[in-house]
Amino acid sequence: MIVKLVLIGLITGLCNGLFGSGGGTILVPSMIFIMGTEEHKAHATAILVILPLTILSTLVYYRSSYISWPLTLKVVSGGIAGSVIGAKLLNRIPSWILRKVFGLFMIIAAVRMVI
Amino acid sequence: MIILIGLLTGIISAMGIGGGAILIPALIFFAGTKQHVAQSVNLISFIPVAAIALIIHYRNNNLDTEHALILIFSGFVGAYIGSAFAVRLPGEILSRLFAVFLFIMGGYEMLYKKK
Repeated sequence: MIVKLVLIGLITGLCNGLFGSGGGTILVPSMIFIMGTEEHKAHATAILVILPLTILSTLVYYRSSYISWPLTLKVVSGGIAGSVIGAKLLNRIPSWILRKVFGLFMIIAAVRMVI
Repeated sequence: MIILIGLLTGIISAMGIGGGAILIPALIFFAGTKQHVAQSVNLISFIPVAAIALIIHYRNNNLDTEHALILIFSGFVGAYIGSAFAVRLPGEILSRLFAVFLFIMGGYEMLYKKK
C-alpha cells in the first residue's frame, strides 16, 4: 500500500509540475480505483495533497520568471465568479454532457497544438 | 476576454471537471499566452480556491489525512522534478508534451463512466 501511495504521489506531483495542471485528474481516480477511497473523500483529499505541491511548483516557475500577475489576477477574478455560478448550475446540467463536450474540446485543442 | 476565460473555467471546475485542461489551451488560443505562463496562471489560480475548499472539507471531516501525508511527501519530490524540468524546456517542446497529456485527459473525460 505504501509503495502504491508513493508512486501515485510521485506521478501526481510530476504531472502537476510539468504541465501546471492535471494533478487532480490523476489523483482522484487513482484514490478511488487503486486505494478504494470513497469518491467525495477522494475529491477532498486530492485538494489537500495538490495544494502544497502547487505552491512548490509555483515557486519554481516564479524563480524562472514565468509568472504574469496582471493576467493571473484577471483569471482569478473571473474564476471566483465562475465557481459560484458553477456551484449553482451543478444540479441543473447533467455532468456527463459537460464531460463529453469538454473532453472533445481538449482533444481538438491537443491536435491543434501539435499541427 | 481573459476574465471571460476565467469565468468559464471557474464554472467548469466547480462542476468537478478539470479546470486547467480547459484554462491552459483557452489562454494559449484566445489570449495568445505562452505555454509556461499559461501553466503558471493555472497553478496560482488553484491556490486561493483550493484553500477555501479545504476549510469546508476539513469542517465536514472529508479528509483522509493519513494517506494524504505520504502522497504529499512523494508528491513534493515529483512536483520539484516536474516543474524544474518544465522551466528548462523550450516552450514549443513543453507545448507538444502538454498536447499529448491533454489528448489523454480528453479521451478519459469522453470515456468517463460513473462508478
